[in-house]
Amino acid sequence: MNRPAETRRAPPGLEFLTTKKDEFVGWARKFSLFPYPFVTACCAMEFMSVSSTLYDTDRFGAALPRFSPRQSDLLMVVGTITHKQAPVLRRVYEQMCEPKWVIAFGACATSGGFYQNYAALAGIDKIIPVDLYIPGCPPRPETVIDGIMKLQDRIAADRHPIVTETF
Amino acid sequence: MAGTIHEQVTARWGGTAEDVALAHGTLALVIGAERLVEVARSLKDEFGFDMLLDITAVDWPERVPRFDVVYHFYTTRDFVRVRLKVRVPADAPAVDSLVALYRSAHYAERECHDMYGIDFRGNDDLRPLLLYEGFVGHPLRKDYPKDREQPLVPYRT
Ligand code: SF4
Repeated sequence: MNRPAETRRAPPGLEFLTTKKDEFVGWARKFSLFPYPFVTACCAMEFMSVSSTLYDTDRFGAALPRFSPRQSDLLMVVGTITHKQAPVLRRVYEQMCEPKWVIAFGACATSGGFYQNYAALAGIDKIIPVDLYIPGCPPRPETVIDGIMKLQDRIAADRHPIVTETF
Repeated sequence: MAGTIHEQVTARWGGTAEDVALAHGTLALVIGAERLVEVARSLKDEFGFDMLLDITAVDWPERVPRFDVVYHFYTTRDFVRVRLKVRVPADAPAVDSLVALYRSAHYAERECHDMYGIDFRGNDDLRPLLLYEGFVGHPLRKDYPKDREQPLVPYRT
């Protein structure tokens, strides 16, 4: 059977793309953040608001919360962490695969907020490393989005160790 | 018996109480620790106080005896509350448990034991409820330093 000659043409100029490998991996990673919401207190309300339609974190590729630490790469610690909970948070962090990032969402996760007492952990950075702190009690959604974008910039500018001599 | 529930309870127990007061619409009786179970049983069986809402304590560091143990009872038949207070000294902060009368006393007594170190004789399960194993001291006592932390996870340096 005779088929007509192939007429479809690639548009000029888009056949290939030059980039640096680190930039390419960073670009891919910054738009595929899978958050693990570790949500404990009133900041949860603002977390819901920022995830829902009006503010829509889906735009940043950070929409789909994974409730298994093994499938997520962004730990969002939202709310007050008590000393009694601290071992759980630490374990969740340890179960996440590299590369992973941590956001301390709100005053409580950042510093304990106004809970300076026997019960509250005064900042999650006392037990796990934190990449980004979002201020506010609770933070406004715009602040959260600003935070996520800052984290994206940082991921894009990072060195990505999967980029080796052979890749 | 005539009169409101508050009047009936006052008539029955006011004589033996150390203090009787009407505070914010709640009858508050201060009674001797040895009478606690007796009074609670009477509230439950004779006056229909079928709910034990809460057990807590108050620390008066300067006062002798130092602690008030506070009980709130409620009746779902007449919608009335009664508060009992028992004074216990700092060197032997112990009262009889109400678990045999009210099952809800179990958790409330555990919490009160956590926070104030009150011993409840007859409650054989006073494990930490809100606190954790290994926590030293009782955080709602006035002499617990307000910034003393007892972390379970070692801090990063
Ligand atoms: S920062 Fe404020 S809103 Fe957020 S968990 Fe703490 S107290 Fe609640």
